Amino acid sequence: MSDLHGHDHSHEHSHDHAHAAHPPLVAEDEAGNIEGQIIIDALQNILVRKNLLAPEEVTQEIEKIEAPGLHLGAKIIARAWADPAFKQRLLENGKSAAAELGIKVGEAQLIVVENTQGLHNLICCTLCSCYPRSILGQPPSWYISKAYRARTVREPRQILSEFGLDLPDDVELIVHDSNADMRYLVLPERPAGTDGWSEEQLAALVSRDSMIGVAKANMA
Amino acid sequence: MKARFRAGDRVRVLHLGKAGHVRTPFYVRGKVGTVSELCGYYLNPEDLAVGNTGGPVIPLYRVSFRQHDLWPDYHGPAHDTLSIEIYDHWLAAE
Repeated sequence: MSDLHGHDHSHEHSHDHAHAAHPPLVAEDEAGNIEGQIIIDALQNILVRKNLLAPEEVTQEIEKIEAPGLHLGAKIIARAWADPAFKQRLLENGKSAAAELGIKVGEAQLIVVENTQGLHNLICCTLCSCYPRSILGQPPSWYISKAYRARTVREPRQILSEFGLDLPDDVELIVHDSNADMRYLVLPERPAGTDGWSEEQLAALVSRDSMIGVAKANMA
Repeated sequence: MKARFRAGDRVRVLHLGKAGHVRTPFYVRGKVGTVSELCGYYLNPEDLAVGNTGGPVIPLYRVSFRQHDLWPDYHGPAHDTLSIEIYDHWLAAE
């Protein structure tokens, strides 16, 4: 990197704690490319070129890993929209309310935070990739990127507008840094015009992004 | 270990200078916030990371900070906050 500076004194790399003992699990370059992803992409290209793998198979496998999660979260949200008493229990204790639907939350506790007209909640994990995997599946790659992790606690409104959500200043914003034992689920606002909809219909409106808080639940 | 704080208490996050698997990010150290709830009692991740699973469990709190207290250049209204979990030994009464 010293070449870019156009001068030749040595740059001491000074950290206040030793990193050498444990290389980071996710190595990213300055443009946000993840080293492991580059290697996997290269391997996949070779396997596809040799006709050992079809691209659709990879997509199917990814869907298989992710699918078991998301619909569980959506089912919880749809029930909360349809049943005010359930919603109250969900906000009081996410884990035990989910258990009523036969959904087992594997994490220590599930804290459900409700978005309203005047309040918006947004979830991140600055330290790593903590995420309610047992009900949402694996987190999207942007959720574990250093850019999202660093910027969401520092400039959350800019992050939201990059996701296409311009939050008016009169709406209060709470960022939840999921840094320890709790896991968080956003209860998005129920879209208007859905009166009388079944829970199945409602669940189809609940996107992953709306349960992280980077989007609202919208009419499809 | 009994919980020293409860909802509404003002607390300051300490600079403990500990190495290893600490779960208190730098951006809240030295900052003053308000306890919003006691989450319960959990094993200390600093111990778990080195294989010490014998406990004891320690209190874990959710602490809320005004964004403008965390970031002097924060772009957003005064009511915006950040909520984060802090283990008891990282906190002092303010």
